[in-house]
Amino acid sequence: MAILEVRDMCKSFGKTEVLKGVGFTMERGEVISILGSSGSGKTTLLRCINFLERADKGQVIVDGKVIFDGSDTAKKSPSEIRKAQLNFGMVFQQFNLFPQYNVLENVVLAPKLLAKERPDFKKHKKEILAEIETNARDVIDKVGLTEKLMNYPCELSGGQQQRVSIARALALNPKILFFDEPTSALDPELTGEILRVIRALADKKITMVIVTHEIGFARNVSDRIIFMDKGVVAEEGSPEEVIDNPKNERTREFLKLIEQK
Amino acid sequence: MDALQQLFIGFGMNCLLFVLTLVMALPLGLIITFGTMTKLKPLKWVMKTFVWIIRGTPLMLQLFIVLYAPGILWHHPVSNRMGAALVAFVINYAAYFSEIFRGGIESIPKGQYEAGQVLGLTKTQVFFKIVLFQVIKRITPPMGNEVITLVKDTALARVISVAEILQNAYRYASKGIIWPLFASGLYFLAFTGVLSILLSFVEKKLDYYKG
Repeated sequence: MAILEVRDMCKSFGKTEVLKGVGFTMERGEVISILGSSGSGKTTLLRCINFLERADKGQVIVDGKVIFDGSDTAKKSPSEIRKAQLNFGMVFQQFNLFPQYNVLENVVLAPKLLAKERPDFKKHKKEILAEIETNARDVIDKVGLTEKLMNYPCELSGGQQQRVSIARALALNPKILFFDEPTSALDPELTGEILRVIRALADKKITMVIVTHEIGFARNVSDRIIFMDKGVVAEEGSPEEVIDNPKNERTREFLKLIEQK
Repeated sequence: MDALQQLFIGFGMNCLLFVLTLVMALPLGLIITFGTMTKLKPLKWVMKTFVWIIRGTPLMLQLFIVLYAPGILWHHPVSNRMGAALVAFVINYAAYFSEIFRGGIESIPKGQYEAGQVLGLTKTQVFFKIVLFQVIKRITPPMGNEVITLVKDTALARVISVAEILQNAYRYASKGIIWPLFASGLYFLAFTGVLSILLSFVEKKLDYYKG
């Protein structure tokens, strides 16, 4: 069964139609990259799936369970949305680390707050908190920042900050990890370290959706490429199909423009 | 010596008014902030009008109104002048604080809220665990300004005959003894001086991170 199915997502901001019925499915362990020029709706699609925007229409189905349905007029309670949201992890273009907390605190903040809701929290407080911290140190180690555990975000480079934000998302063990242009706010020499981390996650079969402009990286890391144009999926297929032999006119134009850069 | 003692007792009133105003106006200000930022249009409108009236009229006038209005409107004269002064100060300063809070809250980037949201935090958790501390850091300098102004504004309580330091000093001045007026100035200088040191200490403490 598909781990994620997105159906017919539509979203308008005022009179501007940003998504005009976008859908795709993905399997567990799959890595999908979404390409497309700015304004094609990639980021909006990610934000709609992650409940940061409310899509006007469409469905999001995780493991066969509908977690979002645009036609559902009954408003979902905030706790239902939070629960659905926890299926996903999100890495932002601008990192969005919490500046007042050090690396470790950034990573443990959400797991600790969520643990408080567990019925057995009071009884096993010590063990649960210790487990959270061990897990946090583990994911921080995965992104190679063990030496920066006690540093504050302002003391880190952009690349390191983005690695912390990946660790922060991983700490909650999401079913699917979303990346919204994770290297776009970084100097070119810092993008490599992020791409290496994502590559390593792909090798560990973490299910990921990556919105990116790094064509070479997308080809290398993805099982499938989705090319979006003007709010619809213009082309979809393996990296070889979409990047090396694009059928769609817009895909060709886009790839040519990127190559020229 | 008698004069110095009188000044000291008077300044006690100023300090009391200062501390009580601060303790009550800070939380009230935060509540007003939520009122002016709410999506409920009527409530927002009422709160904004309230802030406009309080900030748009002299504190001295507000002192008179709090003291005399209950007696005139409801035949229920206010006998506790210190209490009346406190009410006027708390309302006035809460309005000013609320605008500083609002500015601070609105200056926090949307990404902080979104990051909290995708991590499964509730709105309350996002506010208290992520946003509030950053707001406090950002508003410490303008708050310091307001707090120092409050110290000096406590002298205004004199207009409704609260026995504060200037009231006492003026009694001597009217008899031709001028020095207590200057002495009361020294009291204020000393107090605001200590506050300034305290505030810069807090600012330094909060400066452990940038952003």
